[in-house]
Amino acid sequence: MTRYILRRLFYMAVTLFAMITLMFFLFRMLPGDPTATVISPALDEAAREAMRRRFGLDQPLFTQYLAYLRNLAVLDFGMSFRTSAPVWDMIELRLVNTLLLILPSMIAAYVIGAFGGALIAWHRGGKAEGSVVLFATAVQSAPLFWLSMLAILLFSITLGWFPTGHIVTPGKFPDPTWRMYLTWDFLHHLALPFLVNTCYQLCFPLLLMRSTMLSTIGEDYVELARMKGLTERQVLYGHAMRNSLLPLATTLPMILGWAVAGSVVIESVFSWPGLGLLMIEAITRSDYPVVQGAFLLIAVLTILGTFVADLLYGLLDPRIVYR
Amino acid sequence: MQIIFTFLKAVWKTPTGRFSLIVLGIFVALAIFGPLIAPHDPMVRNYGPDRKLLRLAGPSWDHWLGTTLMGRDIASQMLHGARPALIVGGLTALGTVAIGLNIGLIAGYFGGRIDSILMRITDVFLGLPFLPFIIVVLSLSGRSLTTIVIAMTLVMWRSTARVIRAQVLSLREMPFVAAARITGASDLAILYREVAPNVLPLALVNTAFALAWAIITEASIGFLGFGDPQSITWGSILYDAYASQTMYRAPWWVVPPGIAIMVLVSAVYFAGRAYEEVLNPRLKGI
Repeated sequence: MTRYILRRLFYMAVTLFAMITLMFFLFRMLPGDPTATVISPALDEAAREAMRRRFGLDQPLFTQYLAYLRNLAVLDFGMSFRTSAPVWDMIELRLVNTLLLILPSMIAAYVIGAFGGALIAWHRGGKAEGSVVLFATAVQSAPLFWLSMLAILLFSITLGWFPTGHIVTPGKFPDPTWRMYLTWDFLHHLALPFLVNTCYQLCFPLLLMRSTMLSTIGEDYVELARMKGLTERQVLYGHAMRNSLLPLATTLPMILGWAVAGSVVIESVFSWPGLGLLMIEAITRSDYPVVQGAFLLIAVLTILGTFVADLLYGLLDPRIVYR
Repeated sequence: MQIIFTFLKAVWKTPTGRFSLIVLGIFVALAIFGPLIAPHDPMVRNYGPDRKLLRLAGPSWDHWLGTTLMGRDIASQMLHGARPALIVGGLTALGTVAIGLNIGLIAGYFGGRIDSILMRITDVFLGLPFLPFIIVVLSLSGRSLTTIVIAMTLVMWRSTARVIRAQVLSLREMPFVAAARITGASDLAILYREVAPNVLPLALVNTAFALAWAIITEASIGFLGFGDPQSITWGSILYDAYASQTMYRAPWWVVPPGIAIMVLVSAVYFAGRAYEEVLNPRLKGI
């Protein structure tokens, strides 16, 4: 087990290193001078040169790469081409906003999905099952940004229940602190994107749980539990569902990384100032250090998530042996 | 080619499968003939009888789905959108499975160092944020339908490779592989003549899911404003609607593209799942 973890940690380090290298050279390949948007053509040659030196862009590519690695080692992500602010400071705040939206909504989606999927599998063959599966597939097949637009159209414009976007009423908190997140205003803005994302994300665990349950229900131990005289409830929750949770639980950590990355569309529609929106803004403004930093953060989240998923697998299923 | 017929036959046997194949057939027909039956030029600004631009006109006999802010006919735009959706989705699904299948086969069959290297590469791609990476590639290579296909394929093969590899790992230990080896078949012959046919059904299910995901992703790219500026797609219609900031006055502009994507992708999912049920009858709900 310890050997397995050590080997995995080594692999993770290798993967991350490859990733960092790939990213570094990919972003240097992007067309145009990365400084073109920052350095105004009106500046004279000396000022331009000073600016380039400031960002270390006058050095040869490989020297820049080594400097980048050295900085990363002390968790320095560089500074934004556009605002000259440290990248980490920009990302940190946006990551908090994204997680506040994504985490609760993914947890809700998985809990509802797991129970819903188990229930419809348990009552299989009925009318309800068919319509739930059809409905869940339809929602899963719709683009998330379109569902968000419809939700705004219906709940914000027509009914006027929720604001159409932003994280708080613009201008209300000129100097945002953590207190902002404890206000009614914030929750009011959070509600609609949260609901849309939850409804969309719960379809996958629901359908997965249903199909796992359908194969579990035929197992001998479910029959045995029933023969022991347990109530249907006990058989469902204590035996069938419990054993079907495995594939679901293992998808959660990976899905989380993807959900953070996928927050791009929902944040764009709701003007939610999260990591996804930051990435889009940074890409359109050629602010590569910011994009690179965000990519790296998401990569770390996903890689760690996959690792946790594999460990969970072993914890939940004692038949798995680590080598 | 034959495998596609067996796939279609298997899907056709189930009621949901048959229904989804009919729906898919309709979309394929729209992709081929859509631009021909479109009542208007999708980019032309339409004027009413009073010579005024038809801004955000509601559905009428002349304009079935109404018009956009610029007075363009939405029904015609919709009919033009089926083709890029299916072509981009289809090519991406094919590319994804072609790469994923080969990497999965080679990694799973040879194992050892080859497997290790290929899986590390897969891990690197798994760590990439999906949509943002595609958008970066698009700003690197320019925006066209071809680059969208390449960019999507570049990040989508990773999951297929993992699924196929897992299957190959267990197939490798089967007696028929040992039997082939005794007859003196080379590794490549065993891999592509003995092992590959056995993972093809799984690869087909994966193609269906990749197709579904590619269609949604292509629409998302269009919506974010990174789509091909030369072509009209369902994603770009929604982008125009959102960017105009008037879409809330014109539901007929917002609703149809999403419905089209939803129906098309649902049909693909149901076809894939119908095939899965044929492969594994336990998944059936009855």
